[in-house]
Amino acid sequence: MTSGVLNLVLKRLAVAVVTLLIVLFAVFFATSMLPGDTASILLGQAATPEAVAGLREAMHLNDPAILRFLRWLVGLLHGDLGTSYANDMPVAALIGGRFINTMKLAGITTLISVPLALTLGITAATLRGSVYDRTVTVLSIGVISVPEFMVATLAVLVFAVYLKWLPALSSVNEAHSLTDLVRIYAMPVITLTFVISAQMIRMTRAAVIETLSTPYVEMALLKGASRSRMVLRHALPNALGPIVNAIALSLSYLVGGVIIVETIFNYPGIAKLMVDAVATRDLPLIQSCAMIFCLGYLLLITAADVIAIMSNPRLR
Amino acid sequence: MTMARAASSRRSLLGHSYNLVGVVASLVILAWTLVAIFAPYIIPHPIGDIIDDDYFGPMRQGLWLGSDYLGRDMLSRVLMGARYTVGISLAAVSIACFSGVVLGMIAAVTGGWLDTCLSRFLDAMNSIPSKLFGLVVVAAVGSSIPVLILTLAVIYIPGAYRFARALAVNINTMDFITVARVRGESTVYLIGSEILPNIIRPVLADFGLRFVFIVLLLSGLSFLGLGLQPPLADWGALVRENIGGLPFAAPAVIVPSLAIASLTISVNLLIDNLPQKIRDRDA
Repeated sequence: MTSGVLNLVLKRLAVAVVTLLIVLFAVFFATSMLPGDTASILLGQAATPEAVAGLREAMHLNDPAILRFLRWLVGLLHGDLGTSYANDMPVAALIGGRFINTMKLAGITTLISVPLALTLGITAATLRGSVYDRTVTVLSIGVISVPEFMVATLAVLVFAVYLKWLPALSSVNEAHSLTDLVRIYAMPVITLTFVISAQMIRMTRAAVIETLSTPYVEMALLKGASRSRMVLRHALPNALGPIVNAIALSLSYLVGGVIIVETIFNYPGIAKLMVDAVATRDLPLIQSCAMIFCLGYLLLITAADVIAIMSNPRLR
Repeated sequence: MTMARAASSRRSLLGHSYNLVGVVASLVILAWTLVAIFAPYIIPHPIGDIIDDDYFGPMRQGLWLGSDYLGRDMLSRVLMGARYTVGISLAAVSIACFSGVVLGMIAAVTGGWLDTCLSRFLDAMNSIPSKLFGLVVVAAVGSSIPVLILTLAVIYIPGAYRFARALAVNINTMDFITVARVRGESTVYLIGSEILPNIIRPVLADFGLRFVFIVLLLSGLSFLGLGLQPPLADWGALVRENIGGLPFAAPAVIVPSLAIASLTISVNLLIDNLPQKIRDRDA
């Protein structure tokens, strides 16, 4: 890697850090815009004005917003996420187990969808124009064109209602055996896999087709290389950058996907926690959850960009 | 984008039948638009009236799409839902594309620090996952039609900006722009009369794609209960309120889902089947 690429990558990382700050700022202010005074909401209607004033003072609500933002930021750096309004527990404790659940869901989905999508995308591109290719393309357009909750509802309809193979709801705590575990994760994972794979298949297919249409691939074909050799040895190594970029980008769709999937399947993850927090207007909890999601999303799209930069031979 | 590329690769194979897909897609879009406009005049029953003794009733004569979880006429509710889904999305996408395209063209023509600041800021905005942004805003200011339209518009401005700016930067290097500059034309003239006519077709295709994204996001938010609030109901909200009918595969939960799918798939197919000249990014 030359210094030019290194510079570009460092620049991209710096942009990511600045972006993260802007995003944190935006999240903080959006949640501070809540109508109604936090202190009086917490104390309820029966609170005396003195009590409200006292709590405002104790919570530093009278300080300027920028000061509260900085204090929140410093707290974050120390690993202090604040205290939930709704049940007076440290946010970190509320999030901990939930976070692991969500990561499990995302991890299993990634393990299944990446190989699946790559296989389908690359084979579709190789057999371009065939019935197989057209089926894959139409199906992936179909999945992309409908909301995630519809994929989830369809999955419930097919696997739980008609086939009766799987339960419609997830409850991680009731897992006693491997079969239980499979049954619990199956439905959310199937839904997420569909959503993520559709994007990944389309991008992989496009990347491979682009490489296959380059002169050197035609040359390989002309000199008598077999079709599989042409794809695997000549085209794929060069399409690898765009494909890895496609994987990282598609995985960022997980962020939107888990919000819907955890809600519909009642999966005890961090997204469900956040949707519930929005319903109860639990600010510290919303802020922390939003921050975790933005961080994950930012990591993935930054990774995608860095990979795109590193795999571009013109920048080398 | 990638969709367009996929379509162009297959066009030569399917040839004629391809245009047929485009025509059918346009007809579906036209039909939903008409429904959205005339919904109040064509619904068979008022949407709030409970007309069925049974809830999640099946399809039968007089109750063509069955009844919902309270025994209300599903056909009327879906037709009225079109109004909200299509209307809100169209308003949001118009604001998003107009602002994004105007800002993008200005940034491309002006260049310099304005371009850098705008691009950096909007790129940062783009790094917030859309559903999350929606969630946080709804948590902060509550959900109403104007809030929804503005939120959806703000979420999709960065994308429209990036797309228009990339196109405008290409045009900006052409000789006729230099000539116009030398003539001493104003920025308004440059973007309105020189750049816009040259990028309008890909921008319109982008408008369609963004419309689909917005319909999906709006439906997703409504499905989470954070979009349109009862008694109003768009298609996403209709799926949400009737989700209890899922175990018996009630039409009340399937029909609104199909309505969303028919609209978004049609728009996607229409854009995929536009002539190359209109779709092409590098026009």
